Amino acid sequence: MSEPHASVAHQFDDAEQQYQASHLGMWTFLITEIMFFGGLLTLFAVYVSAYAEAFAEGSKHLDLVLGTTNTAVLLGSSFTMAMAVRSAQTGRRNGQLLFLSLTLLLGLAFLGIKAVEYTHKFEQHLVPGPNFSFPSPVARNVQLFFSFYFAMTGMHALHMVVGVVLLTILIVQAWRGRYTADYFTPVEVSGLYWHFVDIVWIFLFPLLYLVARHA
Amino acid sequence: MSTAAGEGRTNYLNAASSVKSWLLTVDHKRIAILYLVSITFFFLLGSIFAGMVRVNLLSPYGDLLQAATYNKMFTMHGITMIFFFLIPSIPAVLGNFLVPIMIGARDLAFPRINLLSWYIYVVGGLFTLTAGVLGGVDTGWTFYTPYSSTYSNTNVMLTAVGVFITGFSSILTGLNFIVTIHKMRAPGMTWSRLPLFIWAQYATSLIMVLGTPVLAITVALVALERGLHIGIFDPALGGDPILFQHLFWFYSHPAVYIMILPSMGVISELIACFSRKRIFGYGFVASSSLAIAVLGFLVWGHHMFVSGQSVYAGLIFSLLSFLVAIPSAIKVFNWTATMYKGSISFEAPMLYAFGFIGLFTIGGLTGLFLANLGTDVHLHDTYFVVAHFHYIMVGGAIMGFLGGLHFWWPKMTGRMYPATLARAAALILFVGFNLTFFPQFILGFLGMPRRYHVYPPEFQVLNVLSTAGASILGLGYFLAFIYLLWSLKYGAVAEANPWGAVGLEWEIPSPPPTDNFDKTPVVTHEAYAYDEVQPHAAPEVSRV
Amino acid sequence: MTHHIVPTRLYVQILGALLAFTALTVTVSFFDLGGGRLHYANAVAALTIAVTKATLVVLYFMHVRWSSRLTWVFVGAGVFWLLILVVLTLSDVLTRYWIPALPPWGLTSLQ
Repeated sequence: MSEPHASVAHQFDDAEQQYQASHLGMWTFLITEIMFFGGLLTLFAVYVSAYAEAFAEGSKHLDLVLGTTNTAVLLGSSFTMAMAVRSAQTGRRNGQLLFLSLTLLLGLAFLGIKAVEYTHKFEQHLVPGPNFSFPSPVARNVQLFFSFYFAMTGMHALHMVVGVVLLTILIVQAWRGRYTADYFTPVEVSGLYWHFVDIVWIFLFPLLYLVARHA
Repeated sequence: MSTAAGEGRTNYLNAASSVKSWLLTVDHKRIAILYLVSITFFFLLGSIFAGMVRVNLLSPYGDLLQAATYNKMFTMHGITMIFFFLIPSIPAVLGNFLVPIMIGARDLAFPRINLLSWYIYVVGGLFTLTAGVLGGVDTGWTFYTPYSSTYSNTNVMLTAVGVFITGFSSILTGLNFIVTIHKMRAPGMTWSRLPLFIWAQYATSLIMVLGTPVLAITVALVALERGLHIGIFDPALGGDPILFQHLFWFYSHPAVYIMILPSMGVISELIACFSRKRIFGYGFVASSSLAIAVLGFLVWGHHMFVSGQSVYAGLIFSLLSFLVAIPSAIKVFNWTATMYKGSISFEAPMLYAFGFIGLFTIGGLTGLFLANLGTDVHLHDTYFVVAHFHYIMVGGAIMGFLGGLHFWWPKMTGRMYPATLARAAALILFVGFNLTFFPQFILGFLGMPRRYHVYPPEFQVLNVLSTAGASILGLGYFLAFIYLLWSLKYGAVAEANPWGAVGLEWEIPSPPPTDNFDKTPVVTHEAYAYDEVQPHAAPEVSRV
Repeated sequence: MTHHIVPTRLYVQILGALLAFTALTVTVSFFDLGGGRLHYANAVAALTIAVTKATLVVLYFMHVRWSSRLTWVFVGAGVFWLLILVVLTLSDVLTRYWIPALPPWGLTSLQ
């Protein structure tokens, strides 16, 4: 990522090979992420069938407004990220700075809203562990729901933090004029990463927040 | 390309000699050596644990170790050998060294990620070593819940963290190989001209990338459950322990193919060279590597036939497990057909290849006993299983590793080891191995359970034979270790192509220069073109 | 490097679609679509919408629509492998108690 402007690393024959390798490398990494989150999703799928009522109970205690807002925020950030890549493709430094910064802001907004949600859960004694308390015969299974909630959204948030760090680096490099129409690989592969993190949330949102809103 | 010995000239070994130049290297060949040193250390450690197990089993009454300590010994043996020796072994050592060279590249696609993967491996290893020093783990390398998540009083967390971290080393290596093989082949190096070693590494890398992340999330959840007592896997809290097994084996079954596929790749190289022939059925061998990688992901439930898993799922997994044996058999048939009417020579690497074919076949066939749901009910958790997987892992994977190490040793080090000693060590290993593990098939069939520190006295003779074999096995490894080390200083200086083999790695000096090739080669013939190319003649046509 | 540059308008349209689908999935969740105790129909609806949204992001924001076949294979492989994990695991969990002759025992909550 700190390669000098438009130069090619020694192992590559030319810039195109370097670009294609980075691109394929990021997709390969994203596949590992699919499998990583996939393990959590598999377990969740089993338990949401086994403990449907308890999971529905737990889901109702999640803040739908904040969750939906966060979904919109993240989708918006995917849009701005795609626009940032576009600005890099067209060599427009101002566009890069604008859209990368917007993406960063939206990402931070997402994390901020998440922090608010987590704080609420802590206050409501819904964080699994010794402080968990839920008056219900299926409290144990509700705790399991919240374990999944925190594990899945927590893992997602961790990936968001990494994304935020990446964006910060990109903004600094873009400020220095590093990305042109000939060389914008870091922006593009970071974009792929960011969109993937968005896709994870696209699935987490209905699975966690919309389990049984009608009940 | 010069075929002169590379020792006098600058090569990757003497290019820089400071510690910093080694610890901050991005040269794939140096990283391979770093890995070689580290995995040898863990192999030694794992062997010590194995020794403790076998010595304890000399007596039916468990006189040497208490049950709890014994449990720690077989657990640490498994964890060390699997995660810190076998899984990295061929990919991280031979793969790292050879993949770029065999495809005509200067290095892997991501050299710094390559170095990072070694450091991740070391850090993960340190965590696990710390767990060992602090008293070890006794859950078995399989970490079954709820024992690992709730009831065990040993260092599960620390070990889980160590395994979690090391998994990323594997993932990054696999990622690097996949991108390299796709994007950095030299001109003319089409997929159908790739050495089968590369096909094997590619298939292995697919498994590493697709399977290891699931192990990561699984051990992370075990640690979470251990810390917070949530009930993901603990039935007393509403969890399902079989779900742990599903997630665990989803990785750990393909993991065994991570351990064997690279070895099979090595064997293809050895058999072609020492039969002086093209590999028979190249296309079949290449496709079977991919088939094993894919099918290997569909069979994990055969570890769970008696766990409480659905019988219907068991039926599906059993059928698929029979299918996965087919591509392995195809390889064995093709290797054998390659040797037919070949010009065979019995160098040490070839002895390892012979050993592999025989022992892997036995291991594979006994796998069918276990794939069969009915017989597995009788054999599960007995020594039959232990013998089966050691025939594959030691008789197969390690023989392949040693064969490859002996084959490419002159290329990697610029030195030859004493040929007769090497052949002797290979034979000692073969004898020692069979004496160690064949009795275990019988023991398992007779009903001796695995992971028990005591056993009925009538099994003692077979156990004593097994331990005796283990000492012979240890002697063989020790011998190889000694003369290989000796060769570094006193071995004969090796030329570029001491075996008269065909392949890009044999056209550069031994040891190779840092950038591998003076000029990017242009490939015009297939792999193993022994009938077209005269390896001992002057540098041949079509080199740019 | 000739890479397809996507017109801004298309990105805006995709964002609009994504937000619309989000509104749709939230709205639909308030209606019981049936499917018994597990409300299968609701789950299917939510997952279908999620898959649609994900597909839009993959194809357009991640440029897979204009990417090489190799990229398509990698994306497909990732999805396929996830399905292997989910489907085969569920094949155990959902069929574990199909033996009619045996009474329920032990972990009864998975019925």
